[in-house]
Amino acid sequence: MHELSLAQGVVRRTVVAAQEAKAKAVRRIFLRIGELAGVDGRQLTSAFEVVRGGTICDGAVLDIEFVAASWSCPTCAVAIESGAPLRCPTCGIAAQLAKDADALSILRIELEVDGV
Amino acid sequence: MCESCGCGDPALMPVDVHERLLAGNDHVAAHNRAHFQAAGVLALNLMGSPGAGKTALLEATARELGGRLRLGAVSGDLATDRDGERLRAAGIPSRTIQTNSSCHLDATLVHDTLHGMDWQRSDVFFLENVGNLVCPAIYDLGQAANIVVLSVTEGEDKPLKYPVMFKNCDLVLLTKVDLLPHLPGVTLDAFVDAFGRVMPEPRWLALSALTGVGMPEWVQWLLAMRAGQASKKPLRIRLPS
Repeated sequence: MHELSLAQGVVRRTVVAAQEAKAKAVRRIFLRIGELAGVDGRQLTSAFEVVRGGTICDGAVLDIEFVAASWSCPTCAVAIESGAPLRCPTCGIAAQLAKDADALSILRIELEVDGV
Repeated sequence: MCESCGCGDPALMPVDVHERLLAGNDHVAAHNRAHFQAAGVLALNLMGSPGAGKTALLEATARELGGRLRLGAVSGDLATDRDGERLRAAGIPSRTIQTNSSCHLDATLVHDTLHGMDWQRSDVFFLENVGNLVCPAIYDLGQAANIVVLSVTEGEDKPLKYPVMFKNCDLVLLTKVDLLPHLPGVTLDAFVDAFGRVMPEPRWLALSALTGVGMPEWVQWLLAMRAGQASKKPLRIRLPS
């Protein structure tokens, strides 16, 4: 259950951003999580809903972009079939993981601020 | 933001962050890594299931080395000092990190524990993680390499079931190979096949802490890593038939 400590990290980072912007509330937090990041998006959301209580994140929504894991040959770009050996069947070289397939990032935070 | 009448309605303000969720841990890990490198200490993050043989491996490593390298360790466990006691009895200065309910070591736990230790006197310092094939995989501790200890009794499908752990590792130590003859249908080839489906460049060694088979090759790897000469090429040994 490392999702709990990760959710606490999301809250901590968001609180800093909200303080810097003198925000009144947090509307939405955008994350990107790759299939091979080792983190379950649903568990992270559940944990976030627990730890956001009593903070400026209360009521904020986690918007998670999921990136599927895919491997391909870095030379000829042929896709490796799911579950197959991670080696290009033609070139024989090691396959490369798609960009962001192991991402675990906060992309953007939407804050509510006083209108001018 | 309401520009026209200045009514002060709540308005949205997007803030770009683009930061790793584990940025805080990464920062402390980089600090640990800088200290290990400056002191010339090879730090290795040792991960694996409970009972995979992580502690037995370290005990056997101390025996096999016979003083050629000075070892040190911290070992993470939810409760008890048992691993720490075993390691100290094997001549490895070590300290237990009791994580209570936490399922993994993180960089801060390691950092705070190192402060009370004479870790700089080690040539190789093991960060023996909490027994778990899931959570430890994503926490950088400041190690030079990740090592996964997988015992043959766990089954050859474990790499397929825990791909993140194996994708992130630099070396798999397949332990308890002395038990292979007692495991019907379990073969070394099946493990090797599974490694190749989750690791683009699988590096592994088969060994037994009990009989000592494979231990010289493991010690060779340690000495080469320590000298900064470890091969990035696939590393494999065949078991004596």
